[in-house]
Amino acid sequence: MSTDSNTKYVGKAPSRVEGPLKVTGQAKYSAEFDVPDLVYGYVVSSPVAKGKIRKIHADKILALPGVLQVFSHENVPTLAWFDRSYKDDVAPGGSPFRPLQDDEIKFSQQPVALVVAETFELARYAASVLEIEYEQEKHETDVEALREKGQEPGSGKTGYKPPVRRGNADKGLSKAEHRIKQEYVHGTQHHNPMEIFGATVHYHPDGKLTVYDKTQGVFNCQQYLKKVFGLSADKARVVNLFMGGGFGAGLRPQYELYLSVLAALELKRSIRLSLTRQQMFSLGHRPHTLQTVELGTDASGALVGVKHKAVHETSRFEEYTENVVNWSGMLYQCPDVHLEYEVVPLDVFTPLDMRAPGAATGSIGLEVAMDEMAYAAGIDPLEFRRRNYADRDQNEDKPFSSKKLREVYDEGARRFGWDKRKMEPRSMREGNRLVGWGMAGGVWDASMQKAAAKATITADGKLTVSSAAGENGTGTYTVMTQIAAETLGLPMEAVTAKLGDTTLPEAPVQGGSWTAATVGSAVKSVCEALGEKLLKLAQKMDDSPLKGAKPEDVEFVNGLIRLRKEPRQSVVLRDVLQVSGEREIEADSSVMPNPLNMQKYSMHAHNAVFVEVQVDEDLGTIHVTRVVNVVAAGRIINQKTARSQVLGSVVWGISMALMEETVMDHRYGRYLNHNFAEYHVPVNADVRDIEVHFVEEEDPHVNPLGVKGIGEVGLLGVAAAITNAVYHATGKRVRSLPLTIDKLL
Amino acid sequence: MSTVSTTSAADGQLRPLVPPSPVTLRINGQDHPLQLAPWTSLLDALREYAGLTGTKKGCDHGQCGACTVLVDGKRINSCLTLAVLQEGADITTIEGLGSEHALHPLQQAFIDHDAFQCGYCTPGQICSAQGLINEGKAQTEDEIRELMSGNVCRCGAYVGILAAVKEVVDAKR
Repeated sequence: MSTDSNTKYVGKAPSRVEGPLKVTGQAKYSAEFDVPDLVYGYVVSSPVAKGKIRKIHADKILALPGVLQVFSHENVPTLAWFDRSYKDDVAPGGSPFRPLQDDEIKFSQQPVALVVAETFELARYAASVLEIEYEQEKHETDVEALREKGQEPGSGKTGYKPPVRRGNADKGLSKAEHRIKQEYVHGTQHHNPMEIFGATVHYHPDGKLTVYDKTQGVFNCQQYLKKVFGLSADKARVVNLFMGGGFGAGLRPQYELYLSVLAALELKRSIRLSLTRQQMFSLGHRPHTLQTVELGTDASGALVGVKHKAVHETSRFEEYTENVVNWSGMLYQCPDVHLEYEVVPLDVFTPLDMRAPGAATGSIGLEVAMDEMAYAAGIDPLEFRRRNYADRDQNEDKPFSSKKLREVYDEGARRFGWDKRKMEPRSMREGNRLVGWGMAGGVWDASMQKAAAKATITADGKLTVSSAAGENGTGTYTVMTQIAAETLGLPMEAVTAKLGDTTLPEAPVQGGSWTAATVGSAVKSVCEALGEKLLKLAQKMDDSPLKGAKPEDVEFVNGLIRLRKEPRQSVVLRDVLQVSGEREIEADSSVMPNPLNMQKYSMHAHNAVFVEVQVDEDLGTIHVTRVVNVVAAGRIINQKTARSQVLGSVVWGISMALMEETVMDHRYGRYLNHNFAEYHVPVNADVRDIEVHFVEEEDPHVNPLGVKGIGEVGLLGVAAAITNAVYHATGKRVRSLPLTIDKLL
Repeated sequence: MSTVSTTSAADGQLRPLVPPSPVTLRINGQDHPLQLAPWTSLLDALREYAGLTGTKKGCDHGQCGACTVLVDGKRINSCLTLAVLQEGADITTIEGLGSEHALHPLQQAFIDHDAFQCGYCTPGQICSAQGLINEGKAQTEDEIRELMSGNVCRCGAYVGILAAVKEVVDAKR
């Protein structure tokens, strides 16, 4: 592929290719597929957090005409026996939850029955009057009360890194000129994508299933169905063409998949099953986390010790882990670091990766502590970060593949006007509003996974590229289209991208900000493979000017294959296809990360966020009036969709800082505010000026595209920067998020 | 240990249900004769019976705005009204505003300003914006922000939504 300066699509800002489908209501989400002769399911959830189901009185509702079945542990068929059959690609250690398989209640809102009826209205009504008797047992749900029961987890799930220790942090801190030690807390959060979790299962006459499920990984779901229900790949096709937001909620197969497939197989009917918004608070969450951070500096402002401990809950049956503290060993230079991480098993559902899992949490602790440390040492918070800049990843003792965080700091400060900031809190105001400026930042893994892709070009010059990735709003269709069009020199309109279907080449779950790097690289690779085939065909043409040329000698530009050194020596791609006599030409390819580069380099994206808040002095209301978020994440494929991801991250950060919290009533072990009226997220009126800027990095090591991914890094530091700005405005340091008015007054 | 029992049938007795009856809805200028249980919401009637899934279900409680449609030109949450109550009304859904190859100005503006990511709240946002334009209230950015705040976007595309709606509002002046 040619370099940025002369690309046609890569690095530019084309609109989303699926935009017209989305704005006209034609994009089909999982619970919307038109399948003939559908029946409807409705889930009944447990009101108790721990106990046993004594009896399910299904008789009365089964007598209602049109009610087909009530599935529960009393009648569910025998399925897979071993835990390993229920483990999906991203499962943590332990025994995955198996819906309806026994009488035990492990968490509030556990699905205990599935009512199936001829219409949705009937299923919902019947579910509402289903009588169930429970024996309630004493539960434990309060991580703050039970923090002493925390244990360092075992190996954890894929990607988990045990907490880092190096040097002697206590010794380092004992020599510190300035020291701080504080605790930071944030409540439980739920992903709450706008689309309700749901599935439509098409039961075909031959007994095969097409499963339209809300998921971030169709192959992960297909594997799960294979292991749990014994459905071979040709028996269960899993499809997700559009996902109405995921944020991690769809990483693991959720119970609408299991229940709808179970019902379809048992009843031999096609079924639609949608959960309710309330039930979506039983699909996993960002855990309630307690963090203690201790920092110290010498007289020059250099960090001499970093200690960071995090404790959060997990379920009784799985050991959920995320990387909360390790970022604190690599974002700043420090020889003496002691990090700790513990989980406390409670009677709740297993937590689940939620946008920037671990780092979004850890960056609140570290980055608010860094602000407190800067004030204790009397150094400007940005200058303090510059003084402790890490040129090398000290956790891994490796150089970074690329890191332009200094440029990020400079660019952010310049755009925000940071140099006009007065250090002293309560030093700026506008009328009755106290004005505060704060900043923070973060670091996130630049990952790549294994993926396959296929490319097919037809005689009319239309190219189709496919890989079973997901599109949950990140712009996957568009990025695939851009890369394919760029690689083969076609207009974007001539390219169709296909994804989200297990009949396509395999791609990993959509998560970890790795899709552009992974699927993008697979698309590039397969288009290059197709390009080689096209070159060979072109060389067979009479008087071909490309005879003897190697793949690296030619380029695909504007529908031509031409010699790089003599651009006027070219053939028209469509002529090649016509002359070849082939109806279509196909290529397959797969990519994986380069293990050598991974061994040599630490690969990470960075950001810095600058925030202005205005706090009403009388009422304590907080307004985030201005945000500048600067991100260094390698190469940006699409300026428009990348910007939208970071804009969305800022909104998420505002939400984390000021609004979002799932409140548990520990008397019942039940989430109180499990709806959109009481689980607060920002609306349009909460969002003001947000400026996004990318400092591009040339990174030849990270992956063939030089992409680091931007779905998560943009969220880091936002909540901390807001918290720091509120301190600057008011002089009050709040260490418990969300930062609601009551905590400020 | 204590025992808990759940049912919402007040006296434990289930009465026979009122059977579905014919309801004709006028949607996007076309009559749709449907057989509906009387407690079917307009939202479910559109999605499950009329085959118009452009109108989205995000909460079913009038809390998120994803199901916004226009009834006689006014924006409402279609999950908060029963289909039978809307017989005779003129219902416009996202499918009635424009099509893939004949986009409504708001639809085009949403694409241009990347005013969505996952797209799930988008039909409701666009119907709400059309309702707001019909109301003739929104002139300033602050008014648009305030009057579009009944439509939650979890992807956080508010900056783009504001720009898209403002562009169309300004063009109409």
